[in-house]
Amino acid sequence: MAILAHSDDVQPLTAAQAQRYADTADRRTRLFNRCCTAVLIAFALLWLVPLAWALDTALKPNGETINPTWLIENPTLASFRTLLAEGDILDWYAASFIISTLSAAGTVITASLAAYALSRMRFRYRWLAFWFILLGIMIPRQVLIVPQFQELDSVNLLNTYWAVILPSIPIAIAVVVFKQFFDGIPKDLDEAARIDGAGFFHIYRQVVLPLARPALSAVAIFSFVWTWNDLLWPLLALSNPEVMTIPAGLATVQGTYGIRYADTMASAILGALPLVLVFLLFQRRIVEGIAGTGLKG
Amino acid sequence: MASTDITGRAGTVAPARPEPRGGRHARTPKKPRRENRLTGHGRPALLFLAPFLALYLLFIVGPAIYGLVMSLFNTSMVAPGLGEFAGLDNYAEALSSNDFWSSLWHTIWFTILTTPPLVALGLVFALLAERARRARWFFRLAFFLPYVLPSAVVALIWIWMYTPELGLLSRAVTSLGFAEPDWLGNPDFAMVSLAITTVWWTLGFNFVLYLAGLQEIPRELYEASAIDGAGPWQQIRLITVPLLARTTSLVVVLQVIASLKVFDQMYIMTQGGPNFATRSVLQYVFDVGFTDLRSGAAAAASTLFFVVVLAVSTIWLVMTRRQEPEL
Repeated sequence: MAILAHSDDVQPLTAAQAQRYADTADRRTRLFNRCCTAVLIAFALLWLVPLAWALDTALKPNGETINPTWLIENPTLASFRTLLAEGDILDWYAASFIISTLSAAGTVITASLAAYALSRMRFRYRWLAFWFILLGIMIPRQVLIVPQFQELDSVNLLNTYWAVILPSIPIAIAVVVFKQFFDGIPKDLDEAARIDGAGFFHIYRQVVLPLARPALSAVAIFSFVWTWNDLLWPLLALSNPEVMTIPAGLATVQGTYGIRYADTMASAILGALPLVLVFLLFQRRIVEGIAGTGLKG
Repeated sequence: MASTDITGRAGTVAPARPEPRGGRHARTPKKPRRENRLTGHGRPALLFLAPFLALYLLFIVGPAIYGLVMSLFNTSMVAPGLGEFAGLDNYAEALSSNDFWSSLWHTIWFTILTTPPLVALGLVFALLAERARRARWFFRLAFFLPYVLPSAVVALIWIWMYTPELGLLSRAVTSLGFAEPDWLGNPDFAMVSLAITTVWWTLGFNFVLYLAGLQEIPRELYEASAIDGAGPWQQIRLITVPLLARTTSLVVVLQVIASLKVFDQMYIMTQGGPNFATRSVLQYVFDVGFTDLRSGAAAAASTLFFVVVLAVSTIWLVMTRRQEPEL
């Protein structure tokens, strides 16, 4: 304890005094921390209100939604039933699911192959290839809508799933994330496999990919969620209701339910459901992915 | 030089020159390095890069270049080809158009309205969560869940929240004794309503980035300062916030760029109205390109928007570079 008192005219603390100080500080800190928790819980509950209110409304009959209470007099699933029976929503689910899955798979496969070459192979112009891909991070998707539209129109791919899948596969940042991760995997492992006569593809498939599972799942989840949630491009590329994705579909029906508020909220809940599931299943991975790379849609 | 190389390859003896750049994978130096344009692992590397690069060229780089070219022509959505050459007319038109400038201003106004609360609340909530040892999963759920929802879902829920007389927010405001604002119908207030929705929707992202930043502050600093008698408030002010400077600069630039790219909320919730008061730059591009069908003009507006985004990231890069030595 005496070491802490570095100034000569200060009496060194006795063990008992130090203990007392520490106890007071501890108590103060604990009280402060408890206050913090209370405040944050209040905010968190506030944050959940819109979702709870949407669910509450969706479970009321349409006629009851003008009642200003949380209490539901006649709880019903009628709105959900109507939507599933009449609506295009099942088509939209299928479209969103196929499009997002295929583009997530496409991104993971092509980006990890490219990153493997950039991380493990020696070739001329490697730096050029890397900078060329880095350049892509600077280009926001949104500025490409006009030329992309004309391009896909000229090959008659508009109003097909491919119009959304193909442009969402080449995500430059995915290559960077994979390369960083691969660079962190010790090269001795591939050396050993090389000595055993394994080729590049074999090492990529059997050695590197299994070790890169955290990066693979992070990129897959992000690519899936981004593609699923994208609105601007599907709105343009898919104008036929039969091939629309959920966000594009919901954006176009906005208003068509008129004052059927319960139906509108039921459609919002149905649209949210798959992502709530993804979130609950992969919460940790998503949060780690953002914290590690600052990926933002 | 080429001829010596050929003889070198014909011979069985390894060349006297130091091993080429091939590095350790090229243990058996059979080929001298200038023999092929693709030295080292050129051929397999090309194969591995090809799928990504092909799609990247076709759908990102190609359209980017095509868009630049198109912006110099009077291209139309309905006529084939580029149309007649227009020089910089499309740019001049956008830069002298009130619609373009007002949509740019709306976008900047939206950025000004959303960035400070999103950064400040993200920081405050993360600081609070750091102090709370329990219930972390609950905070993550509450703040982050909205972020993964599609914009369309968020918009539908908030249109209902803002519905005059019936919406939850409208009722909350009137029950507190205030006059209910016309949330989305008043041209002066609509952008504020959109900003509130956006804060609710995307706060979780900044919250998570700040939580990660907090993890990197060494525990010992808090312990040492506690021994010196620093209270929690002093710790936050003098240790935590200054040490989060880098996280804050990242959060700010990502937030500004994301806010500049706003489109969805306006498109669904106000259709750019009332009276075009909430039309964003991207919606201007959308309207010129897909309603007026003037692709060339829309491409020029896209390019101008791209320059704005690029300027923001460049300024950020230069500023963080300058800060780096001090840290």
